[in-house]
Amino acid sequence: MCTTCGCGHADVTVEGEGSHSHSHSHDHDHHHHHSHDHDHDHDPHQHANGDLDFSRGLGGSHAPGISQARIVQIEQDILSKNDHLAWHNRDDLARLGVLALNLVSSPGSGKTTLLARTATDLAASLPIAVIEGDQQTSLDADRIRATGARAVQVNTGKGCHLDADMVGRAIRQLAPERGSVLFIENVGNLVCPAGFDLGEAAKIVILSVTEGEDKPLKYPDMFRAAKMMVLNKSDLLPYVPFDVEKCIEYAKRVNPKIEVLQLSALTGEGLSAWYDWIKSQRPADTAKAAE
Amino acid sequence: MHEMALAEGVLQIVQDTVRAQDCRRVKTVWLDIGELSHVAPEAMLFCFDAVTRGSVAEGAKLQIDRVPGRGWCHTCAAEVAMASLIAACPQCGGYQLQVTGGEDMRVREMEVD
Repeated sequence: MCTTCGCGHADVTVEGEGSHSHSHSHDHDHHHHHSHDHDHDHDPHQHANGDLDFSRGLGGSHAPGISQARIVQIEQDILSKNDHLAWHNRDDLARLGVLALNLVSSPGSGKTTLLARTATDLAASLPIAVIEGDQQTSLDADRIRATGARAVQVNTGKGCHLDADMVGRAIRQLAPERGSVLFIENVGNLVCPAGFDLGEAAKIVILSVTEGEDKPLKYPDMFRAAKMMVLNKSDLLPYVPFDVEKCIEYAKRVNPKIEVLQLSALTGEGLSAWYDWIKSQRPADTAKAAE
Repeated sequence: MHEMALAEGVLQIVQDTVRAQDCRRVKTVWLDIGELSHVAPEAMLFCFDAVTRGSVAEGAKLQIDRVPGRGWCHTCAAEVAMASLIAACPQCGGYQLQVTGGEDMRVREMEVD
């Protein structure tokens, strides 16, 4: 395992990868001092074998009575390996001129519906690829593929979020075409995905109006990490006690710079502004070349 | 429970260090965890015990030092304390705050022998 996330990694599956997915080589970071560890950490069966050191210790090569205890300075970010892999993802995507957007929300906010609609509406003007993250099933990737767009499903098993390693593997599997927009639909969870950089250009938090306007205050990490808040299911506003103004005020309280769009993926209300925003985020040279 | 993933990250750094430093045992690991970071310290303690079982860090003590949250208040044009991401400026009561410190999630040092 070459990222920080050990939880459930043994269970992670990326559609289309061979059964030996854990043995993929990391030709990108041979120059890094930790690259030699990869072989060991990929195999969960060897996780318990750090005790090589114990056996050596039992041999008693240290002089009795002299304490070997010492303090080692480390100063390393816990997420440094994830961030390192995210940097590689970002670099790979930049070279391909791909705009990657990481969609985060609680389950049921309408992420997949928005993506399926977006893929359908933009099919003629913009190549779209999707990485679908869920604990189980390929239902979401199937929905996206039904629109004609390319999609790959990542099942995280017990994992509560996508990390940069999973997304890197999915990108290699998907091989998004030059100048495309890559949507990464994260695991439905308003907490854990906030802290994990995947190499995306921006996180977009989707909040549906059936969820309550206080979500930005209850889950500030996510709203702070997002560049854009999409208020979805606006067609239901007449039927639910959702205060749009208050919600935006709360979101700006935790993130003064957050942008906001209000739309309904079902009826299509507000979607043209969403499409304009996506196009405005594309790398300038890519957008120009596509025209 | 992303603390499990973070605890795995700590263990990996610990194991890298053990290899590089050629030591037998890890006695204590110190973390700097910011008040505005993505970590619940109690969950981290629990997960650290779980992920280090059977490893060179089994039984090691995890010490978590909190780094205070700080923010820049655009209204006051001053750096102020921030107890949480949804806290108001303690001086003006406003919310025009930009986090400047306290997001740390770092392995600071280890005691080994």
